[in-house]
Amino acid sequence: MKELLTGNEAVARGAYEYGITIAAAYPGTPSTEILENIAPYDEIYAEWSPNEKVALEVALGAAFAGARSLAAMKHVGLNVAADPMFTSAYTGVNGAFIIMTADDPGMHSSQDEQDNRYYAKFAKIPMLEPSDSQECKEFVGEAVRISEEFDTPVILRLTTRISHSKSLVELGERESVPMKSYKRNAPKYVTIPGNSKVLRVKLEDRLKKLKEYSEKSPLNRIEWGDKKIGIVTSSVSYQYAREVMGDSASYLKLGMTYPLPDELIKEFASQVEEVYVVEELEPYLEEHLKALGIKCHGKDLIPIVGELNPEIVAKGLLGKEPETIKVSIKPAARPPLMCPGCPHRGVFFVLSNKDAVVTGDIGCYTLGSQEPLSAMDTTICMGASVSNGHGFQKAFEKNGINKKVFSVIGDSTFFHSGMTGLLDIAYNKGNSTLIILDNRITAMTGQQENPGTGYTLKGEPTFQADLAKICNAMGIEKVREVNSLDLEQVEAAIDEAMNTTDPMVIIAKAPCALLKREKQPEGKSRIDVDICLQCGLCLQLGCPAIYRDENDNIIIDEYQCNGCTLCQQVCEFDAIETIM
Amino acid sequence: MSDTKSILLVGVGGQGTILASRVLTKGLVAAGYDVKMSEIHGMSQRGGSVSTQIRFGEKVYSPIIGRGTADAIVAFEQMEALRYTDFLKTDGMMVINDYKQPSLPIMIGDAEYPDGIIDELSSKVKTVVFDAADVANNLGNLKVQNIVLLGALIKVMGLDNLDWEAIISREVPAKFKDMNIEAYHKGLELAS
Repeated sequence: MKELLTGNEAVARGAYEYGITIAAAYPGTPSTEILENIAPYDEIYAEWSPNEKVALEVALGAAFAGARSLAAMKHVGLNVAADPMFTSAYTGVNGAFIIMTADDPGMHSSQDEQDNRYYAKFAKIPMLEPSDSQECKEFVGEAVRISEEFDTPVILRLTTRISHSKSLVELGERESVPMKSYKRNAPKYVTIPGNSKVLRVKLEDRLKKLKEYSEKSPLNRIEWGDKKIGIVTSSVSYQYAREVMGDSASYLKLGMTYPLPDELIKEFASQVEEVYVVEELEPYLEEHLKALGIKCHGKDLIPIVGELNPEIVAKGLLGKEPETIKVSIKPAARPPLMCPGCPHRGVFFVLSNKDAVVTGDIGCYTLGSQEPLSAMDTTICMGASVSNGHGFQKAFEKNGINKKVFSVIGDSTFFHSGMTGLLDIAYNKGNSTLIILDNRITAMTGQQENPGTGYTLKGEPTFQADLAKICNAMGIEKVREVNSLDLEQVEAAIDEAMNTTDPMVIIAKAPCALLKREKQPEGKSRIDVDICLQCGLCLQLGCPAIYRDENDNIIIDEYQCNGCTLCQQVCEFDAIETIM
Repeated sequence: MSDTKSILLVGVGGQGTILASRVLTKGLVAAGYDVKMSEIHGMSQRGGSVSTQIRFGEKVYSPIIGRGTADAIVAFEQMEALRYTDFLKTDGMMVINDYKQPSLPIMIGDAEYPDGIIDELSSKVKTVVFDAADVANNLGNLKVQNIVLLGALIKVMGLDNLDWEAIISREVPAKFKDMNIEAYHKGLELAS
């Protein structure tokens, strides 16, 4: 039976069919749906871990125990998980161990577009790159075989277009495999220097064998067409090249991109007149070909920045520009913005009127940096708001500058890697204020559970981590809990923070406006046009439901409004009321 | 592949193009086509401009297209129709929902919602324009506006020979089945 599946759904299906029993991840676009689609299988234990490092370590532990396991994350998540990943190349595995990374060329929903193929080479871990959903499923099986045969972790690298494109997948049966037996084996699993020195040598030996395997693996194949042009490619770039060039070129389609098959590459290059490398992001393959002494075109024709598509590849290879329809009017930009009723909005509205530095973090609330709120100074990576803020505060203090510092982080991001920063503030006598935007869910990636929500990935009720108690236990005495949708409470807590010399935490709590299981505000807000003076203060909230109509009157779109009442609270003329 | 057809569904994050694209792709798969579909998740979904790409034919390689190559575009919002016009083939078709949703720069007064979008587009390409919300409300439920737009798309793509009633029946909750089928026929009619 064939089904139309996304790459992420196909990986989940692969996990089921190829006997995986343990899967762990932290959500992150474009990888999130891998675990969401594994979760319904009773045969697989699946968890949202608090962060990617934990997820990778959980899956690695399971593989040591003898189970087939998988850890999934977005490209930058692998930075967090890099530490255990590097050492896992030394120890090898027992049951199969797959590391899924989903890169985001074009940065559709990410802070950078790092090319994680270099991690495979850096950590000396074999890497597979599927080019459609069918391959996503099959490559899970191939990764399982390679992992167990060569005693190694295997990286399976997807990109946004692989993860989120649907194509047809032939479904199969689950291969039930008994767990391998586990025996204590300190020389293999305990990486004290004496053991690691031995493992280091074994790792090089394993790579030689993997290179031989890569030469004859069916994952690396030549598709002959016209031999004037030979294209070396992998992942979704293969599809773009195929789309553009059809049979007017030959292809070396690489499914296993570390270690690369040198002899196969040389053979292919020797039989075509000119070699072109078509790859997204960095010249990973091109550098390798050039190191082999093969003359080729690559980043001289194909951009290094951003996501590719058939148009870009056609321009690079054929110098062809598309014929398009020209229109004389231009659309206004439509950037993403916080939803109507978003509980983050009011906190940023209050912060936007304070003379303070606000370090931000990764989540929907990063949109607080955008107009009209414009209330954020920095965003770097998960958890960085807390420690960045501490750094700002210490720099100001040491150099005699009197300026308040706030750090703003979401609940899930705080559990991910904000907690250690807070411990630092308490331990090293900082006095910045941390605002935890507790919207009761991991929102940006599409409503995933976390340690504070009271539910697991499988939907089972569980222990609910208490943010206030955690902050107290870390040494923060001033912890204030406020309702994010009550501007008076928010303002009072932020004013207290502005005037304190102690470290402080404000937990601003209200459910994400998209979270159905929590109680949401009732009614809609409506502007009384007879009272409204058109001052525009409510527009400064940046709510998608409030705008000026064609007659320049400010109106509230009742279909979009979710009744949070923030606009009523900021209106100085009582011109906005709730209608039921 | 020259026989591969490409369709773009564009709109504003949260408008719910998902059901329409699911029904469309299920129908195309049932009809024996190779099908690929691509969409973007994450931050861009938060009220930003969004697009879903659907391609079908005997054998489809790329899941996405470049400019000047879409056979049809269905725009759930006027300004989004304008934004994606350069993706359309010069002889392509556009189904446009007569609905305006201002974006943030417009809301805070940094930009204006462009005037005359429908006239401009209709002077350049073949268009089918109607207020899907209005049509859906007349049928009794605003939520079926997606299927009205889908019906119009199916007509302009010449795909109305496939058994869409059966596909729609399978994909929507039983109690809304009749209303959705009616919405589909209304869409066909509007594009005829």
